[in-house]
Amino acid sequence: MPEYKWPDANDRDLIGKRISRLDGPVKVTGTAKYAFDINRPGMLFTRTVYCPHAHARITKLDTSEAAKMPGVKAVRIIQNVGTEIQWALDEIVAIAATSEDAAEDAVRAVKVEYEVLPHFVNGEAGEKAPQAKAAQQNVVGDPNGAKAAAAVTSKGYYGIPTISHCCMEAHGQVCEWTDEQHLEAWCTTQSVAGLPAQFAEGTGIPAANVRTHCEYMGGGFGSKFSVDRWGVECAKLAKDAKAPVKWMLEREPELTIAGDRPSAYAEIEVGASQDGTITYWSSKSWGSGGPGGSGSPPMPYVIQPANRRHQHISVPTHMASARAWRAPNHPQACFLTMSAIDDLAAALKMDPLDFFMKNAAITQRAAVYQEELQKGAELIEWKKKWRPRGQNGPGPVKRGLGVSMHTWGGLGHNSNCEVSIFPDGSVEAKLASQDLGTGTRTVIAIVLAETLGLPLNAVKVSIGDSSFPPSGASGGSTTVGGVSASTRRAAQLALEQLLVKVAPDLGVPPEQLEAEKGTIRVKGNPTKSMPWKQAAARVGMTPLTAKGANPGAGKLIDQGVGGIQMAEVSVDTETGIVKMEKMVAVQDCGLIIDLKTAESQCYGALIMGICYALTEEKIIDPVTGRMLNANMEFYKLAGIGDIGELVVHMMTGPEYDKRGVIGLGEPPVISPGAAISNAVANAIGVRVPHLPLTPDRVLAALEKGGMS
Amino acid sequence: MAKDKKAAPPGVSRRDFFRGSAVGALSTGLLSSTVAEGAQTAGAQVLGPGPVPVTLQINGKSHRLQLEPRVTLLDALRNHLDLTGSKKVCDRGTCGACTVLMDGKPVYACAVLAIDAQGKRIETIESLGTPEKLHPIQAAFVEHDAQQCGFCTPGFVVASKAFLDRNPRPTRQQIEKGLGGNLCRCGTYAGIRAALLAVKAGKGGGNA
Repeated sequence: MPEYKWPDANDRDLIGKRISRLDGPVKVTGTAKYAFDINRPGMLFTRTVYCPHAHARITKLDTSEAAKMPGVKAVRIIQNVGTEIQWALDEIVAIAATSEDAAEDAVRAVKVEYEVLPHFVNGEAGEKAPQAKAAQQNVVGDPNGAKAAAAVTSKGYYGIPTISHCCMEAHGQVCEWTDEQHLEAWCTTQSVAGLPAQFAEGTGIPAANVRTHCEYMGGGFGSKFSVDRWGVECAKLAKDAKAPVKWMLEREPELTIAGDRPSAYAEIEVGASQDGTITYWSSKSWGSGGPGGSGSPPMPYVIQPANRRHQHISVPTHMASARAWRAPNHPQACFLTMSAIDDLAAALKMDPLDFFMKNAAITQRAAVYQEELQKGAELIEWKKKWRPRGQNGPGPVKRGLGVSMHTWGGLGHNSNCEVSIFPDGSVEAKLASQDLGTGTRTVIAIVLAETLGLPLNAVKVSIGDSSFPPSGASGGSTTVGGVSASTRRAAQLALEQLLVKVAPDLGVPPEQLEAEKGTIRVKGNPTKSMPWKQAAARVGMTPLTAKGANPGAGKLIDQGVGGIQMAEVSVDTETGIVKMEKMVAVQDCGLIIDLKTAESQCYGALIMGICYALTEEKIIDPVTGRMLNANMEFYKLAGIGDIGELVVHMMTGPEYDKRGVIGLGEPPVISPGAAISNAVANAIGVRVPHLPLTPDRVLAALEKGGMS
Repeated sequence: MAKDKKAAPPGVSRRDFFRGSAVGALSTGLLSSTVAEGAQTAGAQVLGPGPVPVTLQINGKSHRLQLEPRVTLLDALRNHLDLTGSKKVCDRGTCGACTVLMDGKPVYACAVLAIDAQGKRIETIESLGTPEKLHPIQAAFVEHDAQQCGFCTPGFVVASKAFLDRNPRPTRQQIEKGLGGNLCRCGTYAGIRAALLAVKAGKGGGNA
């Protein structure tokens, strides 16, 4: 058995280099086919009758006219008379027709009547909300004693609203029955290997009879793990219509029901000793993510004062169910915690950089955070630019700096990989994994090519097909660890078999051979070698294959990272407009496989963070319970002109390398809300308590603080 | 960028919106649809609602289709011609993922009716380059990792082409303004900015 470890730093030709993603060319030319782009012969299109009420009971339903409309091939009643609907835009009837327009005409011919029931959509109500569920209070140390002993305390109320995932490719799929018992589906999913069992459960056929595809997918961010009801109903429509059916959500339901990061609000009191060490923490948080309420943000976040208590209250609402959103619960916990301790630093009249540096000592990664804070401070020129809160010059436009820190696990998921070496020298890795745009495909290719000593263009990576060896769902920053470990092992095992076949030709035992520079050669004697193609011919008539599985934490992968971010903003105190000047992200993630795509994860996370810090919010009408901004005009994402200068610094070097591969998707998206909010507070002298930091909220905070 | 920012108000489908506006456009722009129906009986030409012959000049090739007048250029491309590089995202003229060139100008294909695109020279992402032979803008997008999930990317590439055709030596500020009509969710703007500045540098350099 080979020893499973990564090559030493000076033996790496590809790992850790800056390599362009392999699927870049098909994406920039529009030739990459997403689920939304699949057009099958005779394919039908779906439109849906959605419930217009947030809480209602269906009293009448008549689809008879719709069924007779031109082009209509199948009508499915998803929820029938008597059903109590729990959120607006829940699906009632789905219609498959020869065109989207024909399906929509038929949707308009469906007659539905409802008994409208009282709804509740105010997640901010906390304990006053009907059905609010308080968790047990968690207490460590002696919070009361610490409060009394603290030199300074600070108290505040903070809030972060519900936001939507807003994937560019809407949720949905194309379903096609190849016969009565076999289903093929092209899905936009984060779990190509997990979907067959879900389709099977919904359609009553064996999971072995379902094959799902997802070669490219247009964004998930945690919202695309499930087959969803529209997936199962799409399969049923296809069966009824005896034709392939495409069902992709329109943008309004996409924003309303297919994406939902829970809100979080908190009253927080925090105290420190005179030297700036946080000694006391007390918080009560609440929030909602639909009928199931919300998860509990891990508070206090990262920083662990010796004396602390926290209680969370989950508030059920008549909104679509929460979906995991990139680093579930962490952006909320981070914003609430880091805002509160930044306010404490201001009360102590301490530079937050010094304050965070000092309190890094009461985290689980003191040395990492301190090194990162140092680096970040250099990159943003903190000591040169920082002024005490509210002392940022006499003009109407104020500049400010803010800092935050975050953590995440990122242990690789279960993953299996099959590597084949063909007699002609070609090489393929197969995994039922998926590339969300993170660079998974490229990472697999780098590991495979590096292990076999081949150039990148000599290996083929096949993913996105449930018939390949199963790999876990892509969520929680688990993919890169999973697929890199399974691919490394499969490639090492395949190589070991090949070396056995080649050894007699080179006259040495297989242990003395290595794969380098497109050859199999004798270690320490590169002149004694055989070109890869010639070596591969020794496998015989059929390809040589080997399977590898991720063994879990060890030499190849690890978990647990820390990162810091700093923001520089300018705020116009007359208009309330916040402008991003600069953001710095300093992040560790163990051994980096592809530096270019790793940095892209951080750039993307910063921008996503700017969106939820400044513009993003699901605005729910309390009267109707409907989302008022379920379109991309008013559900605001930042544009290319809204982001300022972005600087990403990845922590690299032997100390980081030796930990192995750790996931990166989540961590850098956690801090932006806090860092930007802290920068705004520093600029204008008062805390704007709620995200997003829209002009009206900035002006209101200035007025309340007597600053306007 | 000359882009149609008309979005249907909530609760009114774009189809209704177009149905009204298209009929209006065909009847000198002043008549209401009711008057237009009257005009139809008097012999004026009103198209639809059934399929009508439509000829589109796309990527240098003429395509004859039978389309209902309400079909958008985007749906004609994607659903009738299998040209799926132009993406359907907001479907209301906001995000730019469906950007195509019409007589050299960038337009949102979801906000143009196919019948109104007749007689125009339409260029889609499929006309720009192939994975084997990338257009320099596309090569720069790959080099600067200006795509993640890639769903907004074809729209950005087409918008970039139109922008650079008019502004071959843009500053960073001009890029940020010129590409303000496209949205990305993964957060690839830093890469796009760098890609466009690199293309500019390839055309003779200059300072951002």
